[in-house]
Amino acid sequence: MDNLIEIRWHGRGGQGAKTASLLLADAAFNTGKYIQGFPEYGPERMGAPITAYNRISDKPITIHSNIYEPNYVVVVDDTLLKDVDVTAGLKKDGAIVINTTKNAEEIKRLLKGYEGEIYKIDARKISEEALGRYFPNTPMLAAIVKVSGIMTDEELLNDMKGSFKHKFAKKPEVIEGNMKALELALKSLEKVNS
Amino acid sequence: MSIRERLSGNEAAAIAMKQINPDVVAAFPITPSTEIPQYFSTFVSNGDVDTEFVAVESEHSAMAATIGAEAAGGRAMTATSANGLSLMWEMIYIASSLRLPIVMSLVNRAVSGPLNIHNDHSDAMGVRDSGWIMLFSENNQEAYDNLIMAHRIAENKNVKLPLMVCQDGFITSHSIENIELIEDDKVKKFVGEYKPDEYLLNKDNPIAIGPLDLQAYLFEHKAQQALGMKNAKKVILEVAEEFEKMTGRKYSFFEEYKLDDAEIAIVCMNSTAGTTKFVVDSLREKGIKAGLLKLRVFRPFPAEEIAKALEHIKAVAVLDKADSLNAAGGALFEDVTSAMYVNKKQVPIVNYVYGIGGRDTKADDIESVYKDLQEIAKTGRITEPYRYLGLRR
Repeated sequence: MDNLIEIRWHGRGGQGAKTASLLLADAAFNTGKYIQGFPEYGPERMGAPITAYNRISDKPITIHSNIYEPNYVVVVDDTLLKDVDVTAGLKKDGAIVINTTKNAEEIKRLLKGYEGEIYKIDARKISEEALGRYFPNTPMLAAIVKVSGIMTDEELLNDMKGSFKHKFAKKPEVIEGNMKALELALKSLEKVNS
Repeated sequence: MSIRERLSGNEAAAIAMKQINPDVVAAFPITPSTEIPQYFSTFVSNGDVDTEFVAVESEHSAMAATIGAEAAGGRAMTATSANGLSLMWEMIYIASSLRLPIVMSLVNRAVSGPLNIHNDHSDAMGVRDSGWIMLFSENNQEAYDNLIMAHRIAENKNVKLPLMVCQDGFITSHSIENIELIEDDKVKKFVGEYKPDEYLLNKDNPIAIGPLDLQAYLFEHKAQQALGMKNAKKVILEVAEEFEKMTGRKYSFFEEYKLDDAEIAIVCMNSTAGTTKFVVDSLREKGIKAGLLKLRVFRPFPAEEIAKALEHIKAVAVLDKADSLNAAGGALFEDVTSAMYVNKKQVPIVNYVYGIGGRDTKADDIESVYKDLQEIAKTGRITEPYRYLGLRR
C-alpha cells in the first residue's frame, strides 16, 4: 500500500456518499491506519451533486485541503457522469468505480478517454436484493475497498459488522441486510476495461 | 495509555468538555460549531456530566449566562462561530474585564456578509483586542488538547482571563481524523477543581462585580487586565510542560517545523499549518530549505520569541486568513512585522491574505508562496508586501 491513498466520492445529496466516506474512514482506522474522512459542504439539497473525500495512510496525515489528484474515484450516481468531470485529476495508475448498469462502451465514452482502470457495479440491484430498498452507499463502500486493496474482504466484513452494530443500534433489523449488501458487492464488482 | 480514537474536531471539543465537566454550559447553535453543544447536551441528558446546560435564545445571552455563572463562582463554557461571536461582542469585553476565566470553543467561520458559512479567521480577528487569551489548533488533536489545558491557564490567579480555543470550521470541525484521547480520570486530575478567591455566592464575603468604573479607576483596572495577559505567557508554558509530562505531546507559543536551518519560512495558524508541513516536507526532499512557524498562542502575542525564531530567515511570508481591509496588511502580518521591528530584526516579510470565505488552500498555493520567497531571498526586493493567495483574477 502507498503511503498516502486519496479517494474522492461523487454522489447526490441523500444517497449516503458522505456516510460511505465516513464508514470507509472508520474501517481503515480499525485496521490501524491514519485516516481522514470529510465532505465538501455546500448548499446541501436532496439530489444536488456532492463530493466527499478520504485520505488513508500508514503515517500521520497533515494536509488539510480538498483532494485534486485522487488515486481513486467513486461515483455513486451515474447521472453525474455527464454533468460532473468525475475523472478530473484522477491518476492514470488509479481507478474509478461507478454504480451503473451502462455497458462498457457507453461508460468509456462518458469518461472521455480516462486511461486508468474502470470498474462498475450495480449497487441498485444489490441494495434492493439485500435491503429491499435503494441505499447505494454500502455496496459502493465494498467496491472501493476491493478496488483499492485498503484491506482484505475478511477484514472489511469483520470490521463492518461491528460498525453496523454501533451505527444501527436502534434498528438492528437492517444489520443483516447491510452485511449481505457488502458480500454481494464484493462478488459482483466488474472490470470494464482490460 | 492514551485512547486511540477517530473523531471530528467538533466531537473532539465536545469530548474535552465532557471530561472537563464544567458547572455550566450555555450555548446557541450556529454552523459550523452547532455539533459541540448538540453532542454536549446529549452528555447532559445521559447523565455523563453534572453540568447545567442552558439553551439560551441568542449568543449574546450565551455569553451573558456564562458571565453570570462564572461570577457566581462556577466554571462555565460555551461554543460559537462567526456571527454568533459578533452577537456576543458586547459581552466578550465584559467577560474579560470582569476577569472571568470562561472557556469558549470558537469554530472559525467568515463573518457575514454576504452570508458565508465557511472557514476564515475574520470572527477571531474581530475580538483580537478584547482581552481574551486566544489559542489556535491545527487539527482535532490540538483543539482537544488546547481545551484540556484551557482552564489551568485561564483560572490561574496571576491570569484570570477568559480563553478561546480556535479551530477551522468544516476543515477540521467536520473532518474525521485520528486522535489520542486522555483517560477521564487523568483529565479530571489535570484540570482540577475551580476554587475562585472571590465570587458572588460567597455569603461570608459579599462583593459587587462590574459596577460603575469611571476616570478614577478604569485605567488602572485595564492595566491590571493587561498585566494578566502578560502573566499568561509564563503560565501557558508551565501548563504545557505539565501537559507534556502527562501525554508526551509538546506545546509552546508556537511550533517550529524545520525552522532551525530554514532559509525561507511561512507563518500561519490552524489547519493551513498542516498543509504547509506537507509542502515543507516535499520541498526539503528537493533540497529547498523551507520551514514553518505555526502560531498557537495568538493572544498573548509572543513578540520577542517570534522575532528570535525568525531572525535567521532570509524571507518570511505571513499568511492571514482574514483581511483587515486597512490598505496595509492582515492582523497577523502587522503583529509579526512590529515584533521584528521592535526587536531590531531586519528580515524581508510579505503578507498573503488567503482562504477567505472557505476558498480551499491547496498544497500548490503554499508551494507558490515558497517560490515567491525564494525569489525575495535572492533579490531582497519586495514590490508589494500585501498580497492575495488563491484569489481569482
